[in-house]
Amino acid sequence: MLSLVILVPAILNGLLTGAVYGLVALGLTLIYGVLHIINFAHGALLTAAMFAAFFAHRFLGLDPYVATIVLTPLFFALGYCLQRFVIGPAAHGEDRNILLVTLGLAVVIENVLLYAFGGDTRTLNLDYAFNVVDLGIAFLAVPRVIGFGIVLAVALVLWLILSLTDTGKAIRAVAKEKLGAELSGIDVAHIYAVTFGLGTACLAIAACLLIPTYYVNPHVGNAFVLVAFTIVVLGGMGSVTGALVGGLFIGVVESLSGLYLGESLGQIGIFVMFILVLLFRPSGLFGERA
Amino acid sequence: MAEPLLRVERVFKRFGGLLAVDNASLAVEAGQITALIGPNGAGKTTLFSIISGFLPPSEGRIFYRCADITGMPPHLLARRGIVRTFQIVQPFAGLTVHENIAIGAHLSRRSRADALDAAAEVASTVGLGDLLGRPAASLTVAGRKRLEVARALAAEPQLLLLDEVLAGLNPGEVATMVPIIRGLAERGITILMIEHVMQAVMSLAEHVFVLAEGHIVAEGAPRAVVGNPRVVEAYLGHGAAARLSAAGAAHV
Amino acid sequence: MRGPSIAHIVLVIAALATVPLLTASNVVLNFLTVALLIALVGQGWNVLGGYGGQYSFGHAAFFGTGAYVSAILQVRYGVNAWIAFALGIAGGALVGAAIGLLTFRSGLKGAYFALVTLAFAEVLRILASVAPITGAGVGILITLDLRPQAFQFQSRAPFYWIMLAMVAVSLVIVRLIEQSRFGAWLVAVRENEDAAKAIGVDATRVKLAAMTISAAITAAGGGFYAQYFLFIDSNIAYGPWISVEALLAPIVGGIGTVFGPLLGALVVKTLGELTKLITGDAPGLDLVIYGGLLVLIIAFAPRGIAGLLADLRVRFARLRSSVSERAHG
Repeated sequence: MLSLVILVPAILNGLLTGAVYGLVALGLTLIYGVLHIINFAHGALLTAAMFAAFFAHRFLGLDPYVATIVLTPLFFALGYCLQRFVIGPAAHGEDRNILLVTLGLAVVIENVLLYAFGGDTRTLNLDYAFNVVDLGIAFLAVPRVIGFGIVLAVALVLWLILSLTDTGKAIRAVAKEKLGAELSGIDVAHIYAVTFGLGTACLAIAACLLIPTYYVNPHVGNAFVLVAFTIVVLGGMGSVTGALVGGLFIGVVESLSGLYLGESLGQIGIFVMFILVLLFRPSGLFGERA
Repeated sequence: MAEPLLRVERVFKRFGGLLAVDNASLAVEAGQITALIGPNGAGKTTLFSIISGFLPPSEGRIFYRCADITGMPPHLLARRGIVRTFQIVQPFAGLTVHENIAIGAHLSRRSRADALDAAAEVASTVGLGDLLGRPAASLTVAGRKRLEVARALAAEPQLLLLDEVLAGLNPGEVATMVPIIRGLAERGITILMIEHVMQAVMSLAEHVFVLAEGHIVAEGAPRAVVGNPRVVEAYLGHGAAARLSAAGAAHV
Repeated sequence: MRGPSIAHIVLVIAALATVPLLTASNVVLNFLTVALLIALVGQGWNVLGGYGGQYSFGHAAFFGTGAYVSAILQVRYGVNAWIAFALGIAGGALVGAAIGLLTFRSGLKGAYFALVTLAFAEVLRILASVAPITGAGVGILITLDLRPQAFQFQSRAPFYWIMLAMVAVSLVIVRLIEQSRFGAWLVAVRENEDAAKAIGVDATRVKLAAMTISAAITAAGGGFYAQYFLFIDSNIAYGPWISVEALLAPIVGGIGTVFGPLLGALVVKTLGELTKLITGDAPGLDLVIYGGLLVLIIAFAPRGIAGLLADLRVRFARLRSSVSERAHG
């Protein structure tokens, strides 16, 4: 077996990556939990957010952590408008149509980025990207440690919003019982859009956390999102804690299997894991609503 | 006495911590109309789903014509002659009435033409003959209920499980439906029906089982069961039977 | 079920067959051949998605398998091109049956089915991009050998007619399905799986059969692609572009109809060409248009062009009967 010197950093790094996975999964599970739709556009939206963060630095000189302040409300608004004015109306409420509409959006977003910016992979070169925190037993990249902290903060803020604010309570009401919520006077279309906006906002934050240490190209979001889908199914569709805990778990699993299996096989590993999770979860826990 | 057509033997069904069906046993005699009644949430539809193969029981066995059919999938049961309808009607919404019924007829017929012919016949026996070309989605509730029965009928069942086929119908529609159901029994189809419309239960059923909180609390001829104090309590609550007879005595 | 008769199909095919006799333009023939290819692949998707109601987002898995099996057998094992083509179809059908067995046994439906098919296609794409047998990153080049025995031709016309013949076969297959008990069962499963099961339909087996047929038809398209373009790599064979076009054509043309995929493919490809004319050959732009088209069609014409035509016909009939009522009233 591998020694602790190799294992512990792998596990710790896995946790740090896992936190960001968890944030992406959080957005997805929120959207599923309330709107009961699988958002196929989630990956493309993450890619768009990463491009936005990249160019915020390239053209506006904004440090990614600062860019978060600008991009989060921007992407919240984008998500709100997409759900309110595109997805909601186009789908006419039918599940099959929502699938296709979000797929169509994903194709549009991803290929607009491809058309506008080309297929090249880019990276940001930040001064502090290579700083490390020395824990003795492991060296951890500073941006990733900060990222971990921010994810926890975001989770807390989200929890506060959902428990304490009126909108948050409305969201929970709609998630539990849409008809009842509607009859109590809640504007369901608005709540759906707010939830979608929150999910997209999570992506904006995740993008800013990733960009210091990760590359960006028009397809980058897909890998993250497939992991996020896996986490959401594992952790329970609609469960916020499930998304975070699942994220951390998957992060560690990915890190350890990277150790044992290597890089290229790792990519397939994510997809295979995804397929296996879908095949072997009892169908009663997901799938068509009863 | 001959072996009953359907025998449900000590069936339990648990959903996590919830015991939906609690040691339910019942027997359905061939050629009779048997009713399964009970207050809402008693577990009647769950029991139906178990009998028709949509849910496996946690414990217990189901026997049909003396063969153990526990856990067999719905389509195999249908081929053996057990067909169920659904409490919330499930038409093939994108198809016409004719096409809906034909799917049932296809169980025993290969050719499209044969199935459509058989379907037209079945449609007229339930009074849908004029509506063959209509999209199923355009029917009223009463029409959809009839479609549900017609589709099941076209599959030539020996045991027909009707799940609240009269629910949501106004008294006039109920009055039209009851003779249709009686007609099915006269053709030799055994019927097990879940029903809340008491007048229909009284006039149609030859034997009644009462399910409350997952277990059978009474069985027998309709009149006897309805007068049973335990049944009254199941519907109206603890002590209700005593209160009712006291009130009755006070009026004498 | 109302639908075109065999006679209608023959008419349409006969009309299309005359094109090479009317024009020698390679541009036109090439455009139509590719459009017909998409129509074929779309018809494959249509069997599972349109009639069966199971929306696959990973039909590239079958297209690519048809292409790779055919190409690998020719290039690495010297198998005759036509035999290799047939084996490619068999390979695609096998992959379809395998994926179908796994997913339908697990009861996957709706969005989860779509997701899992997407994942399978991606796994195949990644495998193909690293495996030596598929040429890894470089891909496979089929040696130029312009003889009919090698399923290659000097001019475009024979390719066009062969593709047309394949489309004709797919139209007939779908028409036969529409008329058969299997088709009735398939549509019942699409409309309401539980109700279908309750009246004797073996839903899992029906879906599996539909998936296998769907995969075989799509794989045929892949095999043809390999012969026509003589080069495939993992992005061409298993890439999202073909998964998207496979579902776009039937949805635009009319999901669950015989001619829908053909109609849709012609419309989609025409749009693609127009886009290229206006904006030049930029990467990704055609897919942007396709994605937008998908959203618009779902929003405004979910039953596609065939649906719009049917609505027009109904409206026209009503108009005519109300006019004649007034005239006689």
